[in-house]
Amino acid sequence: MGGLEGSLGQNFITARLDKLVDWSRRSSLWPATFGLACCAIEMMATTMPRHDLSRFGMEAFRASPRQADVLIVAGRLSQKMAPVFRHIYDQMMEPKWVISMGACASTGGVFNNYALVQGVDQIVPVDIYVPGCPPRPEMLIDGIMLLHERIKNGEYRVRRTPEGVG
Amino acid sequence: MSKTFDRLVSGIDSDGHGAYVEEHDEESNSMVINMGPVHPSTHGVLRLLLELDGETVLRCEPIIGYLHTGMEKECEDQNWRGAVTIVTRMDYLAQFANEQVYSMAVEELLGIDLPPRAVAIRCMIAELNRLSSHLVWFGTTGLDMGAMSAMFYGFREREMILDFFEMVTGLRMNNGYIIPGGVWVDLPDGWDAALEAILDVMPKRLDEYEALLNENPIFLERTSGVGVLSRDDALALGATGPIARASGVDWDLRRDMPYEGYEGVTFAVPTATSGDVYGRYRVRMAEMRETLELIRHFADNMPEGDFKNMDPKLTPPPRSELNRSMEAVIHHFKLVTQGFTVPEGETYARVESPRGELGCYIVSDGGTSPYRCHVRDPSFVNLQALGPMAQGQLIADLIATIASTDPIMGGVDR
Repeated sequence: MGGLEGSLGQNFITARLDKLVDWSRRSSLWPATFGLACCAIEMMATTMPRHDLSRFGMEAFRASPRQADVLIVAGRLSQKMAPVFRHIYDQMMEPKWVISMGACASTGGVFNNYALVQGVDQIVPVDIYVPGCPPRPEMLIDGIMLLHERIKNGEYRVRRTPEGVG
Repeated sequence: MSKTFDRLVSGIDSDGHGAYVEEHDEESNSMVINMGPVHPSTHGVLRLLLELDGETVLRCEPIIGYLHTGMEKECEDQNWRGAVTIVTRMDYLAQFANEQVYSMAVEELLGIDLPPRAVAIRCMIAELNRLSSHLVWFGTTGLDMGAMSAMFYGFREREMILDFFEMVTGLRMNNGYIIPGGVWVDLPDGWDAALEAILDVMPKRLDEYEALLNENPIFLERTSGVGVLSRDDALALGATGPIARASGVDWDLRRDMPYEGYEGVTFAVPTATSGDVYGRYRVRMAEMRETLELIRHFADNMPEGDFKNMDPKLTPPPRSELNRSMEAVIHHFKLVTQGFTVPEGETYARVESPRGELGCYIVSDGGTSPYRCHVRDPSFVNLQALGPMAQGQLIADLIATIASTDPIMGGVDR
């Protein structure tokens, strides 16, 4: 073993700071509660004993958006709810991520009408789309692991534009 | 009484910013605050406008519409069979009750009879649905009172029931299983053993739940005498289901206006007289035990035969027929391209959903899709009882009161 570890022994691991930051960000995501409809029940089921989201360090859902860094949009977003939703998103601290859970959140789903926002990506930038109506807990976990992977690979190190689109 | 409150109730959200208000009214020295639509204890996107004197609730006004999806309108764009996929997403914890009531209304207009097996499957699965819905209520209620383990227990047992749903229908939620004319697919092999496993384990688990909460001093402190709804108020406000039964209204559609398979079945309808949150808790817990008996009754007496009405005008012919019969090809083509027609008329059907009277009002103009499909959702009607329940009590008790009304905003806003 050469380099710094060679001279300090096995009590130290050296790493690049940005890698360390990415790793620690990935390992402790704090989701905000944003349950809207059917998907919210499956989101709750994901945190419960069978699927146990705490395996990923994510079981603590924060009711305050200021304490959270990942927003799981679970369900259909109505036009009336849209300003509230954007408000919640704006209250979250950077870095923050959005998972669009289910068909309605991603595209409007089967409801192509006057009442629903046809995809939450019209309101906020979305990182992960989870398909399904509602997605099984396994699907949501798959989406979460994909997000973890991306954070770990440093794909989100650039601050977003103020408009938040992109 | 606060003018701010009145202004907010009358002109809600005209500028889109009403959701974030917090105001002190100098004249009446009352505080107007806003709870929801994003709040961990409002069970979805319910918004409550509260007028407070200190910590006492003077007025409580539920403001709804944050989950309005235009589903009733959406039904008009579907054919009669396709609208099942829309109604099942209304009250998403009682999906089978929605499908059942819609199908019953359509069948009444069609004037068709169901094979006995279809009726038994429907009632059995609707009762299982009642159980799974009450388990979610049990979990969230426990969570709201600080009993996190109730949530774990409730969802653990619910997964077993969802496994059964998945085995039968292929989906965990939003099943679209009950269709006009019967059910979509027959029960799979081994369904009785899977059901037996649930029925075996549930009574013991219910004992565990009751040991956890029935005599729990913290739980009692938070629930007994809280959110009282008098019998007269319950009747005047049109409350149904466990809320009305906990206030002493002995009314259950399954017993008093029996439909489908409930005719001639005897079962107890649990009631309470206290009308408080604890009363509603006891009524729902007792209901779960009765539901187990009903499930066993339907499963034990499961008839053989068709699982849907085999009228070729209503149900596509079996695949094997299509190679042999021109008639079958024509029927299949008509059903796939435009669906069946329903005679002109209007009707109202109702079932006892886990939350109360679930009704469906259907108008047909003789075409292949509903002219109007209105759903009377019990959560919507029960929600207006929240005002009288909350009045005069502490704001912290409001959390328990909301949990006990068990509103599903998907059903309220549709």
